[in-house]
Amino acid sequence: MMVAEPIPSLTPEFAERLGRRQASEYPELWNYLDDVYDPELPGVSLWDLGVLQKIDVNDQKIHVTITLTYSGCPAVLTMQEDIVSCLNKHLPEHVVEVEVALSPAWSTDAMSPDAKQKLRSIQIAAPNIENEVRCPLCNSLETKLISQFGSTSCKALYQCQQCSEAFDYFKHF
Amino acid sequence: MTSEVSNNVLTTYVIGLADDALILGQRLSELCSRAPYLEEDLAISNVALDYIGRASLLYQYAAKLIGGDTTEDTLAFNRNEREYTNLLIHELPNGDFAFTLAKQYLLDVFNNHYLDALKGSTDTELSAIAHKAIKESNYHLARSKPWIRQLALGTEESNERLVTALAEIMDYVNELFLMPAAEAELLGEGISIDRTALKDTVVNEINELFKSVELQPLVLERTIQGGREGIHTEHLGHMLSDMQFLQRSYPGLKW
Repeated sequence: MMVAEPIPSLTPEFAERLGRRQASEYPELWNYLDDVYDPELPGVSLWDLGVLQKIDVNDQKIHVTITLTYSGCPAVLTMQEDIVSCLNKHLPEHVVEVEVALSPAWSTDAMSPDAKQKLRSIQIAAPNIENEVRCPLCNSLETKLISQFGSTSCKALYQCQQCSEAFDYFKHF
Repeated sequence: MTSEVSNNVLTTYVIGLADDALILGQRLSELCSRAPYLEEDLAISNVALDYIGRASLLYQYAAKLIGGDTTEDTLAFNRNEREYTNLLIHELPNGDFAFTLAKQYLLDVFNNHYLDALKGSTDTELSAIAHKAIKESNYHLARSKPWIRQLALGTEESNERLVTALAEIMDYVNELFLMPAAEAELLGEGISIDRTALKDTVVNEINELFKSVELQPLVLERTIQGGREGIHTEHLGHMLSDMQFLQRSYPGLKW
């Protein structure tokens, strides 16, 4: 069953983050951080993933706030290091602090519409609210859960009934 | 917090919750690379990771309340068995796969209700942790529940193993619904959760599933307790000796 890909809509969670980015006094810092990617999801930036929340600057100090995806996600350490080294590359004289905030709780609804496209391009099914899991290869909706837990906390393992391919599904969270 | 006394009580409460999460997470992580097949191995390891992550958030909060040199690591690695205050069910050995999953299912149902209530805690930090953790516990339950069905209705052996496991775990369940002193004290301020009030809902939900797969209902007649007072089963000490070995042998060692 081939179904046309629905056009991703803006979620309120993403719209709120976008509003904060657009209202920021430091657009160049947000732009620099577009080069920092999730270590496990090639091409998906921290902005796209929805974890990048806030950037404050006080004198020579840059304070970046991110939210945690899953409580035990080991990628958060790499994310913090990557943010520091990215900003230091552009602004070597600044001190960069990364705060991992608990609130607002991260949700896949905070992802950018781009993120969902990018996930599909690396053959990971994007989360969606209805929990209809679409094969990233052939677009079929005839897919079957193999395991609730995949290669990382945020993914489940599925198999497409149409093209038989096994694939990761980024769980709605 | 208004006074030093209530700050201590809050610390005791947070450490209790953290110990529950760490001890269960550590126990589950023992199965990494030893589960019956690959998908289950990934699932168990992921659940273990969620619990260890949850423990880390709670210990960080406790360390902040205590102040000084205390960190999440000193709380996890430098306390003795008697200083650990986890409820006993979390420290039980994994046993066979039926035992691990039976225990996990009971805790998943409990945690979903507990965390749902904790979301409304007047303590913003605990509330934020609950908002995060409950999403994970939803997924844990989505995995453990079908397993109970499968083991109960699977083969004669799987059913027998599940029944044996449940009989063994049964007496440790009631401790989840008792109010330790610190938690009772914080109830008035809306910080902690009334465990006794969750009992009927949790037990009914479990028994509903049990009924549908022809398992005997959970009957909480006896209670083995003592975890929050630091009185443990023989199993905790062995686990800690393994978990704490590195920091005990090489204090302060960093990777």
